[in-house]
Amino acid sequence: MIREAIDGENPDRLYTVTGGRSRADENAFDLVTLIVSESDPTPGMQSEHTAILRMCRSPVAVVEVAAELKLPVSVVKILLCDLLDTGRIAARHPSASVGRTPLPPPEILKQVLVGLKNL
Amino acid sequence: MDSRTSEVAGQAPPRSRTPLANTVNDALKIVIVGGFGVGKTTMVRAVSEIRPLSTEETMTGAGIGIDDTGGVREKSTTTVAFDFGRISLNEQKVLYLFGAPGQQRFWFLWDRLFAGTLGAVVLVDTRRVADSWYAIDRLEHHGMPFIVARNNFDEPEHTLPQLREALSLSDDVPLVDCDARHRASSKSVLIALVNHLYALSTAQESSP
Ligand SMILES: Nc1nc2c(ncn2[C@@H]2O[C@H](COP(=O)(O)OP(=O)(O)OP(=O)(O)O)[C@@H](O)[C@H]2O)c(=O)[nH]1
Ligand SMILES: [Mg+2]
Repeated sequence: MIREAIDGENPDRLYTVTGGRSRADENAFDLVTLIVSESDPTPGMQSEHTAILRMCRSPVAVVEVAAELKLPVSVVKILLCDLLDTGRIAARHPSASVGRTPLPPPEILKQVLVGLKNL
Repeated sequence: MDSRTSEVAGQAPPRSRTPLANTVNDALKIVIVGGFGVGKTTMVRAVSEIRPLSTEETMTGAGIGIDDTGGVREKSTTTVAFDFGRISLNEQKVLYLFGAPGQQRFWFLWDRLFAGTLGAVVLVDTRRVADSWYAIDRLEHHGMPFIVARNNFDEPEHTLPQLREALSLSDDVPLVDCDARHRASSKSVLIALVNHLYALSTAQESSP
């Protein structure tokens, strides 16, 4: 089970992965911020960074990156911060993520409805 | 089962990983919340274009929770596992559906995980109605619009109005029946939610 997989994660691995940092800028990424690679991995790069750059050749949400890497979301955000800071990825933020927003305008919801009906 | 996999157990054979189109630039969220075994993952799977994936978030800090004995811990860690699926809506927009447990510790992470969520579906198993009281209460507290869907495992013993009564649900919250195993049924639950949001949003625009 996934819970056991992550709970039983060797703490050393999480430490290594994040270089010992425990927090990313909380607000830098939403769960569904879409990540797109801006460059290819380079030799000698940290393996998680390499994996992210490969995975995100087309847009991938933060939460999907976390699931694929089998790491907690907060750890993935730290990794993504590194890549964003060095310009290796671009982040497409959700239009609805700013604070506790009111409802999206009807036009947006209409698009969601049409999309669902086409399912 | 491979203990390292992050796929949700008990799946149909995995579909190949479907990448999003490069034009997609905006992701939306809907959360399906409910008690244990109520059918959250089943509903996500029924409508998702990818097999449901699972991940988790942890939060460490003082004062998050009160432990089982009622004492406040100096430093506690809250871990919440949740699963999700995805529906491409059009060339720009994609919808992520999250299946989230309604238990108490989950709500500590609500704002962190689900700020900006369009709305929620509360899944109710009529054999365990009380499991959903807490979720309904918290959603109201967070000002999150929601609908309630009854997942019918057996022939329902009560009418929907009776269930509404049992949940003390106000008349303006839609209440629908569903079978989470079926795509068409789960799809109609999502449509009911978005119709509800549309009505709320239209009302909001016309009375600023
Ligand atoms: N008969 C019937 N069975 C259902 C229905 N929905 C779900 N199930 C079954 O109920 C069981 C639990 O469903 P899940 O989707 O795993 O429930 P869940 O809410 O994700 O459960 P947890 O994540 O463990 O809290 C599964 O064996 C489903 O196949 C339904 O509408 N009718
Ligand atoms: Mg589940």
